Amino acid sequence: MIVLEKREAPSRLWAWGSPVMAVLLTMVLGGLLFAALGQNSITVIRTIFLDPLFSEFAWFYRPQILIKGAPLVLIAIGLSFGFRAGVWNIGAEGQYIVGAICGAGVALALYPMDARWLIFPSMVLAGALGGWAWAMIPGLLRVRFGTNEILVSLMLVYVAEQLLAAMALGAMRNPEGMGFPGSRNLSQYPSAANLELISGSGMHWGVVAALITVIFAYVTLSRHVFGFHVRLAGQAPRAAKFAGVNPARMVLICMGLSGALAGAAGLFEVAGPAGQISIDFNVGYGFTAIIVAFLGRLHPIGIMAAGALMALTYIGGGIAQSSLGLPAAAINLLQGMLLFNLLAVDVFTTYRIRMLRKEVS
Amino acid sequence: MDLSSINPILFFASLMVAATPILLAAIGELVVERAGVLNLGVEGMMITGAVTGFIVAVATGSPWLGFAGAALGGALLSQVFGFLTQYLLSNQVATGLALTLFGLGLSALMGQGYIGIKAPSFPDIHVPILGDIPVIGPIVFQHDPMVYIGLLIALAVWFFLFRSRAGLVLRAVGENHDAAHALGYNVRRTRMLAIAFGGACAGLGGAYLSLVRVPQWTEGMTAGAGWIALAIVVFASWRPGRLVLGAYLFGGVTVLQLNLQAAGVAIPVEYLSMSPYLATIAVLVIMSAGRSPGSLGRIFHAAR
Repeated sequence: MIVLEKREAPSRLWAWGSPVMAVLLTMVLGGLLFAALGQNSITVIRTIFLDPLFSEFAWFYRPQILIKGAPLVLIAIGLSFGFRAGVWNIGAEGQYIVGAICGAGVALALYPMDARWLIFPSMVLAGALGGWAWAMIPGLLRVRFGTNEILVSLMLVYVAEQLLAAMALGAMRNPEGMGFPGSRNLSQYPSAANLELISGSGMHWGVVAALITVIFAYVTLSRHVFGFHVRLAGQAPRAAKFAGVNPARMVLICMGLSGALAGAAGLFEVAGPAGQISIDFNVGYGFTAIIVAFLGRLHPIGIMAAGALMALTYIGGGIAQSSLGLPAAAINLLQGMLLFNLLAVDVFTTYRIRMLRKEVS
Repeated sequence: MDLSSINPILFFASLMVAATPILLAAIGELVVERAGVLNLGVEGMMITGAVTGFIVAVATGSPWLGFAGAALGGALLSQVFGFLTQYLLSNQVATGLALTLFGLGLSALMGQGYIGIKAPSFPDIHVPILGDIPVIGPIVFQHDPMVYIGLLIALAVWFFLFRSRAGLVLRAVGENHDAAHALGYNVRRTRMLAIAFGGACAGLGGAYLSLVRVPQWTEGMTAGAGWIALAIVVFASWRPGRLVLGAYLFGGVTVLQLNLQAAGVAIPVEYLSMSPYLATIAVLVIMSAGRSPGSLGRIFHAAR
């Protein structure tokens, strides 16, 4: 008989080995899936995971890793604090949208003023504040009424999507857009545009912000007492209380932090790569970031690596879509599969397998 | 704006139809949570049920077989969640989320060739005698069979949980899995069965959307219905009777905002479309006092 036996301490080897195992397992299972769809498994896996980096057109795809990875990393870092402390903010997608609306609102209100030193920073601030405020709704409701933050934050994603549609069709519609939905194009408004800092590198202010956040989060988690409290609150809530950690404050800080980062990510996206507030400018980064956070072991450096990998699957998925006719949904399926595999392989971090002979007790 | 254009009989009749998918998904999740498992993947199982039900119904021409296929599809998918959480002891919140993300991708992939096709029709039944009562008849007794099957399932769940020995065991497992284990009950098996039932019900709820309510397949068509079902379980304090009430209340809000849209109220459509989600949040705030099953969401590992 096979039984699981709890390890005395979680295995460090497995803690970092299981994400790698999960990725390899996903390639194998994904390969089987693509074969079932009538594709050549090896070609598809190579197209998704290797072509963006090493193919003939890699010079075009490599910058995309930064562009797609930055929002994922920004959001996932915020989520990781909450997930460590047992605060489940699942509605980052909504905070991302509201952040984009608030930030773009500042730019559109000041259009066509020419003062980049004032406008761009205020947009970032407004974006972060917007995301923060949207995340405070589930945070405050949980603290005040004990409402489940998972469900409330998720409901607010759907509310935010409707709000986005209302903005794109109503208040923020481009007055010179000949009646088409969508706002003015912010990337063509020099004072507000989130442009590439080094041409051809993909490096924009969102990437810079993501890198700073990674460093900041690393220092906070490993060197600052707040990071210690976050870890304590998740692993031993009772001990955390005795150590003077206020659970309500922890909920509000974790929700607020993840909301602000998601909001900022939304602003960087809408002012740069997306360019304008449109009905569907959001592409689900808020949900993919959940996978990124877990795949990166809720650790800043790990999240950075996981964000890059996930960005790779987006880009490779796009290539496979155009060159091999692979359906877009297959990539979402692959990403969901990756999280499943990670959770499955993770059992070996805290448990070890023991073979037992049947015995009479 | 012309509110008199809202016909009260039609309003209440469509309320029952709007509530049914949520009712089906929520009653399944209620059993799962009573067994001490928090499955956040309702949305994923629901949409997988919607697409499998649609495919089977189109292929066979029979909506009944479609519903059966949807229940099977939902139950099969739920066993992935069950295997991970019960045998590989993974975190239930994370695994449930993975199930939702996976289900959304899977359904979109499966449903590719089915966009724009119409489902075989599922005729309403006219309950003899009762259906002829004025006002009450058209509201309550002239619907498709699934409306009544949903209510029957709710009744059966109530009977099972509170009037049968197996239901008592299931609740014991949910309240305190260590005690139930010590008494010799098989915690894992009970939970795996509960999870399968939850998946089947979510599948039925999804198929009701794609086969009756819409009736078409579009990607992401559940639009949060699975999450609303989860909220209704909390609203119901894990009691089947209140769950039916909650689902109907929610159906009322949905139909009312649709009616207001049609009546041309001076509020933009987008703001009206927010109302079911806002109503769910309001309900969660008001009703968050209920006590959840004692072992809800906790990992069970039988230490030797």
